[in-house]
Amino acid sequence: MSAFLIRRLVQSLAVIAIMSFLVYALIGLMPGDPIDIMISSDPKLTPADAARLRALYGLDLPIGERYWNWLTAALGGDLGFSRSHNRPVLEVMGPHLLRTLLLMGLSFVISVAIAIPLGVWAAARPYSLRDYAVNLFSFAGRSAPPFWLALILIFVFAVWLGWLPAGGLETIGKGGFWDRLHYLVLPVLALTLLNVAGFARFVRAETIAVMRQDFIRTARAKGLTERSVLLGHALRNAMIPIVTIVALDFGTLFSGALITETVFAYPGMGKMIFDSILANDFNLALVGLLFATFVTLAANLGADIAYAVLDPRIALQ
Amino acid sequence: MSAAVLSPAAGAAAGRRDMRRRRLRRFLRHRLAVASAVVLALLILAAAFAPAVERLLGTDIRNVDLTALLQGPSLAHPLGTDELGRDLLVRLLYGGRISLLVGLSAAVFSALIGAVVGILAGYFGGRLDDLLMRLTDGVIALPILPLLIVLAAVDLTKLGLPASVANASDISLYRIIVITALFGWTGVARLVRGATLSLKEREFVRAAIAMGASPWRVMRVHILPNAISPIVVATTLSVGGIILFESVLSFLGLGIQPPIPSWGNMLTGAQEQMTNAPLLMIWPGLMIFVTVIAFNFLGDGLQDALDPRALGD
Repeated sequence: MSAFLIRRLVQSLAVIAIMSFLVYALIGLMPGDPIDIMISSDPKLTPADAARLRALYGLDLPIGERYWNWLTAALGGDLGFSRSHNRPVLEVMGPHLLRTLLLMGLSFVISVAIAIPLGVWAAARPYSLRDYAVNLFSFAGRSAPPFWLALILIFVFAVWLGWLPAGGLETIGKGGFWDRLHYLVLPVLALTLLNVAGFARFVRAETIAVMRQDFIRTARAKGLTERSVLLGHALRNAMIPIVTIVALDFGTLFSGALITETVFAYPGMGKMIFDSILANDFNLALVGLLFATFVTLAANLGADIAYAVLDPRIALQ
Repeated sequence: MSAAVLSPAAGAAAGRRDMRRRRLRRFLRHRLAVASAVVLALLILAAAFAPAVERLLGTDIRNVDLTALLQGPSLAHPLGTDELGRDLLVRLLYGGRISLLVGLSAAVFSALIGAVVGILAGYFGGRLDDLLMRLTDGVIALPILPLLIVLAAVDLTKLGLPASVANASDISLYRIIVITALFGWTGVARLVRGATLSLKEREFVRAAIAMGASPWRVMRVHILPNAISPIVVATTLSVGGIILFESVLSFLGLGIQPPIPSWGNMLTGAQEQMTNAPLLMIWPGLMIFVTVIAFNFLGDGLQDALDPRALGD
């Protein structure tokens, strides 16, 4: 068990190290560099000044050395300064992260609360009309462009009915808990529609797979009601793979959040990463991307460990 | 069995015909998949005839007509016009060309990568298998959309491409095909590896190896042709996802660049006209939705028909 854990941990650390270098190199390939931006804002700078500045900030060093300098500074707690926000990167990230946690967390809880009953309900009668309907819904949810779904929700609830705000974080000059909640309804709804479609499919498939097993026949043979067979035996055993698949799907969840936040102008991590890339805010983009990668990999590692711990049948080499 | 009295070669041919007929029957039973195949055929046909429709209506998609902004449906413009007075129907058809081209070519491109990775990992096993499968796991675990956004924003001149190439008008098209393929190959790689592992133990492959066939020949002649079913299924299933990624990137302004129309970037303009002309927003999204769901149903039907999990079939 501990050998398995250590191996997986080392593997994940290696992937994070490789990804941090790749993302660092990619950010370096974005249009312009910090000195070009300085030049464009101060026309008095001569090419000689620019070269001096590049040397001063170490931008003329080879990529390997530049990465090393950045890495040692980052591990020492210095993640740099965000150009577009005029504040240290860490200070910018904190509130954005909290807002994303709120959006994703709310939608996750609601999605699970809908998807599990829906999936089990469909799995109770495989290939019936209701199963067909749930299946169709989950196909539709996975095939609809997320930003289009968001636009339609904005049109219906903000433009047409006028019930909810079209986007943003809060009413300027108002704020407060209820006001923010008001603004959260549409983004959470958009994200929830997508998540339910994905999750319900896993729940249905895994429950049907468990329903074919021998112990289900035994449970029925000893006279249990269909309801307790379904909930007490099938669902409980199906939960292990469901938890794993949902955790493995974290990258998709985050991609959905990025789109939702961008369309609804909700200032979370996803929108922050997108805006920082467009604004050439290299430090912020780099840290935001690495953080998203780190969390996704951690979710994967967590899924593997949970799977191993929850299911004693799995032998760990 | 009539096959028993035929020559072995004829028997094998009859067996193959039987199998094909059985697969066709299984596919036809999946009604949504059949309907999807018809819808996709119509979409491809419509996209192919985009220039003809353009001539028929007497418009030009590049033609900005400020006297005919945001018109409703009429005989000259069956679906009306957009915020620059361009014909919506013709732009939708041209946008379809882009989405189908990107979806299909990126899917084929990623299937090629996946097939090579999967067959090498499955055939040689050991260290190489470990390395390639860890790589596959790593790529699957990545948050794809943020990385695609960075890749779409990369300045190609910094990669050493001449400015004339990097700034060409259709470079956004090739770029999006390449970057979506970079993340799309993992499904095919896993399936092909699995198929290779089981095929490697089959008698005809062991016989070929015993007779001294080179690994290259065994993979090309004996393994790859028998692993086609899972490749076709995984490739079809990946087209929808790729079209979605393309439309998201184009919507965010990082994919297909205007004036080339794509369903994604048409929605960017439509978003601003939401209050004046909501239909402008409905059509492109509906086209993406129908295309993606059709590819997903088609893949599902092919999976049932070819059943890649039971390779021996």
